[in-house]
Amino acid sequence: MTTKISIQAAHKTFGSGEKSIVALQEVNLDIGSNEFVTFVGASGCGKSTLLRCIGGLERLSSGSIQVDGADIDGPGVDRAMVFQHYSLYPWMTVTENIKFSRLLRAGREDITSSDVEVASGRADALIDLMGLGHVREAYPNQLSGGMQQRVAIARALLPRPQILLMDEPFGALDAQTREVMHDLILHVSKLEKTTIVFVTHDVEEAIYLGQRVVVMAPRPGRIDSICDVDLPAQRDQDMKLEPGFLQQKKAILTRIRETAGMRTDHELLERMTRQAAQQNDMQ
Amino acid sequence: MSSRNKILAGWGSMWVIRGELSRRTYLLFALFGMLVPLAGWWGLSVSGWMDAVFMPGPMQVLSRTYTWFVEDDLSYDIWISTYRVLAGFSISAVLAIPIGLMIGTYRPVQAMLEPLTDFIRYMPAVAFIPLVMLWVGIDESSKIAIIFIGTFFQMVLMVAEDVRRVPITQIEAAQTMGANRGEIVKLVIVPSAKPALLDTLRVTMGWAWTYLVVAELVAANSGLGYSILRAQRFMQTDKIFAGIILIGLIGLTIDQLFRWLHRKNFPWLYKK
Repeated sequence: MTTKISIQAAHKTFGSGEKSIVALQEVNLDIGSNEFVTFVGASGCGKSTLLRCIGGLERLSSGSIQVDGADIDGPGVDRAMVFQHYSLYPWMTVTENIKFSRLLRAGREDITSSDVEVASGRADALIDLMGLGHVREAYPNQLSGGMQQRVAIARALLPRPQILLMDEPFGALDAQTREVMHDLILHVSKLEKTTIVFVTHDVEEAIYLGQRVVVMAPRPGRIDSICDVDLPAQRDQDMKLEPGFLQQKKAILTRIRETAGMRTDHELLERMTRQAAQQNDMQ
Repeated sequence: MSSRNKILAGWGSMWVIRGELSRRTYLLFALFGMLVPLAGWWGLSVSGWMDAVFMPGPMQVLSRTYTWFVEDDLSYDIWISTYRVLAGFSISAVLAIPIGLMIGTYRPVQAMLEPLTDFIRYMPAVAFIPLVMLWVGIDESSKIAIIFIGTFFQMVLMVAEDVRRVPITQIEAAQTMGANRGEIVKLVIVPSAKPALLDTLRVTMGWAWTYLVVAELVAANSGLGYSILRAQRFMQTDKIFAGIILIGLIGLTIDQLFRWLHRKNFPWLYKK
């Protein structure tokens, strides 16, 4: 597998002086071509920051991120991004949203008329792939959260990005819709052959989707461990209940709990439980 | 259920917090809300508690409006006042929208202009009248200038706020699709802020009308504000009433026009 994204000694600090927060410390990671990598971790572990750095929306304080061996410099059409919500343009219909990148100069450079025809077919193909045929002319606020994310994914895929960066894209969806979206995105990743970097706080989602799960830890934000997912390439929902899956889920959850720095909360809970038990004894 | 019970149930459900109200009932309540003060006014004027000189009745005001129309050229007063308001307001808007857009988009522009604008907007527009008279004279432009001073600085700050309220993810999504700065302003920020901008224009239009009366203090010899002020000198309270109500009605009409434009131009906000 060839390396697509190479993160070397990535460092990111927000603020300065005493109030500064180390969001990323000494992050090193290679992500392969066509790989599906998921990032999990407690809040504040820097997983979203890392994704935004890869996307070029944030700059590293030091270290480097390379795509195909070249340092990235700001956002680029090779790296598309899907956000959790509010990223669609409410004044545009579904089709117009999906074709948005076509309005930009970056998408029009060295394009011939036959390319335009192909691109037009591309939009239709994505609308079909995402099951959006019946809502082409609808506005985003007429759609459910799940349908809105389908539009966002189709829009991101239109210019054939090599890398798709997803920042908790299904975090606001209900459990059933999320399952459908999981199978959809797995299907897309095979069909489109895109490298996918997927950030989530849901461990089950991370294992189900990822070939590798990167567990991150907070204060300072860093990579805690990397876990190769031991599942067949073709996933299905029943796998979530198999012992191997559950074991991996447990291992990752344990790592997250141990690094989350919520010890005081746990101690408080334990104290309350003890007190309740004592009161029961007295009665 | 008897019809009496039905009415009672309907009465109860309408007082649910943020409850529903049918269009017919809404209009009924709106009419009620308009008629009660009107009836109160009429009652007060016929009761004789207040001298008719101070409190003219609705009929008296209506007949004064008529004589104003046929004898004193009311339509010219309406036209010239509307012209002054629209001129002052338009100059404000044409300048405030691009400046506010820049303040809301680029931090250095914000740092340079926002504190200054904040400072100036607390200066009373009325206090500029002597200066305006010295600088631009006493013709039409001085009245337009007062309305401009009264609305422009507020409008700049409101436009900047509208622009800042464009969700950052909309902007970042465009960036990750390769949009450059100009494209983000043109294709994302402006269309995204447009509905809020139209609302800002609607609200500031109301302020423009309040500054009209002040502006027509300045050596004017025509207009609704001027007529109101002159009527005071002759104790024509009915004319004062007529002028105030007319300004209210024109304001209401323009406000409705803005709302209609909003529905017409931004259909996606009204489709559910």
